[in-house]
Amino acid sequence: MKKRRVVCAAMAAVMAMSLAACGGSDTASATTAAGEASESEETAAEGSSEGVFVIGGSGPLTGGSALYGTAVKNGAQVAVDEINANGGINGYQVKWIFEDDEADGEKAVNAYNTLKDEGMQMFVGTTTSGACMSVIAETENDNMFQITPSGTTADITKPANVYRMCFSDPAQGTKSAQYIAEHGVAQKVGVIYDNSDTYSSGIYENFAKEAQAQGLEIVGAESFNSESKTDFKTQLQKLKDAGAELVFLPFYYTEASLVLKQADEMGWAPKFFGCDGMDGILDLPEFDTSLAEGLMLLTPFAADAQDELTQNFVAAYEEAYGETPIQFAADAYDCLYVIKQAVEKANITPDMDMSEICDAMKTVMPEVTLDGLTGAGISFDENGEPNKAPKAVVIENGAYKSLE
Amino acid sequence: MSSFLTYLINGISLGSVYAIIALGYTMVYGIAKMLNFAHGDVIMVGGYTVFVICSTLGLPPFVGILSAVVVCTVLGVVIERVAYKPLREASSLSVLITAIGVSYFLQNAALIIFGADTKSFQNVINVPSLTLMDGQVTVSGVTMVTILSCALILIGLTTFINKTKTGQAMLAVSEDKGAATLMGINVNRTIAVTFAIGSALAAIAGVLLCSAYPVLSSTTGAMPGIKAFTAAVFGGIGSIPGALIGGIIMGVIENLSKAYISSQLSDAIVFAVLIVVLLVKPTGLMGKQIQEKV
Repeated sequence: MKKRRVVCAAMAAVMAMSLAACGGSDTASATTAAGEASESEETAAEGSSEGVFVIGGSGPLTGGSALYGTAVKNGAQVAVDEINANGGINGYQVKWIFEDDEADGEKAVNAYNTLKDEGMQMFVGTTTSGACMSVIAETENDNMFQITPSGTTADITKPANVYRMCFSDPAQGTKSAQYIAEHGVAQKVGVIYDNSDTYSSGIYENFAKEAQAQGLEIVGAESFNSESKTDFKTQLQKLKDAGAELVFLPFYYTEASLVLKQADEMGWAPKFFGCDGMDGILDLPEFDTSLAEGLMLLTPFAADAQDELTQNFVAAYEEAYGETPIQFAADAYDCLYVIKQAVEKANITPDMDMSEICDAMKTVMPEVTLDGLTGAGISFDENGEPNKAPKAVVIENGAYKSLE
Repeated sequence: MSSFLTYLINGISLGSVYAIIALGYTMVYGIAKMLNFAHGDVIMVGGYTVFVICSTLGLPPFVGILSAVVVCTVLGVVIERVAYKPLREASSLSVLITAIGVSYFLQNAALIIFGADTKSFQNVINVPSLTLMDGQVTVSGVTMVTILSCALILIGLTTFINKTKTGQAMLAVSEDKGAATLMGINVNRTIAVTFAIGSALAAIAGVLLCSAYPVLSSTTGAMPGIKAFTAAVFGGIGSIPGALIGGIIMGVIENLSKAYISSQLSDAIVFAVLIVVLLVKPTGLMGKQIQEKV
């Protein structure tokens, strides 16, 4: 008896779904308000599990870059809570699920599959570039809509289904060189980069290109790799001997904290300039933040900005997680609002499958313009790259201070 | 010239840390004939112990270092007892795999206890740095302490092994376990003592490593552990002076090749030198040729 009831219910659900699907294609052409309303009623009647958008994300919650994954997870959660409190997307609530990928390619694919098993329809991920490169093949295969908040490797956006919120590595390298040259920060520039990391070497290559075009002199480019990322004294000594006024550090804050300390021990105080990977250096527990005084970094987000959007976001984030959000959180937050806008433009409903959603999203993404935390008028070009103005901050008295 | 000196001193400093870690590998290998791959992670435990005592509890550095030595020594003995002793008669491959298992266990335990974020380690060695040649060369306090500790440990260990009964027992066990047992030496106890000493050295290495490069994460000990293992092989695994020389040479080659050849190729150069040395002297620089008795 019980069995039969289950079968009936399942059949009813299937029928309802097919009805809803028909309704979806009908109303897509005739976008009348009435059509939409009846459609949402239909789906609501089916059961609550069908009536939510499931958006998934992945990033490192453990390991060396755990700060980034946690920020993405929490930043998106703040956006989701806001969206849900304001009536959801197209009247549907949003469910945010997140998996730890340890910033590892293989684990990221596993995380992605787990998320799909949990019913994910759109993917905000991954947080780190290397892991992202492993996942894009899968999402392209599935035709899953993907927007990475912070994966910066150039090739990530090659598949048509993948978009990006932050600047790509080439863009970061180029923008950094432009910033240094245009603001007359320094003339003689030294670089230390991680040649075992696509993020770091990607930025370096484009920085070098643009620096030359801008007339900056690169007096030395030293590298390290994942096997020897604690001792930078030799690299620093070489750059010091070469007369560098500024050292460009396109890598993550953990290593950067060591560079700053070792330069201090050497008694050398050039200017230091970092990219988004530098973000988080002030949150490093026990790190002597006086070493980071005067450090500049290219970042789209400064928690001290006075606009209302930033202030509200920072307040909500601090209340929920007890810490000041970093740009990764802001990127993730903006991703959710981009999705919201695109979903509303395309009239997507939760009962559509991921491939249909992706196709619908692709058609409307070029029309999206968002005034977000990481820039005003964020839009996306045909390659899925964001258009927004670069921002830089300098560390003063242990806090970010926005530069123009 | 001043730059060269700086590179050299940095190399010796880095090499001394490798050397102290390598001593732990080489002692355990020499006596127990096993590669204790968890050695690097014992270093990490030492680092975290100091971190908890000094940074979290705010006790003086001296207490922190002492506790690290005690914690690591106990840990070393416990690991030996629980994970390696039951496998004393098993093939060396099983013990090797167990050691890798212990290594992962320690890393993940640290991950659970201390979380994933990298901790910045407060320097517990407050020695002022030394300025030479009109300020052109600066030798940091940690560097001097590292080099000095390395020398002291070497002298201490050599004396211990040659002059004390336990030390002599270690030598005997390393040469022939069976015969040592017949001579009335408690092999299990000797191996336990070896682990205790090796782990105490790991604690000191942890303090020095984390003071020189003040970041602490669950994988802090892993890479230096592997480099130090290489240094031990380079110097001749099982030989105590070999570990020291191997460590320092590795550190110096690594730094000089970074400075004068290419920072990208430095690791490749270090390992190329290792290969050449092993081709010429298969037992490493100071390794003894052990005749297989028929």
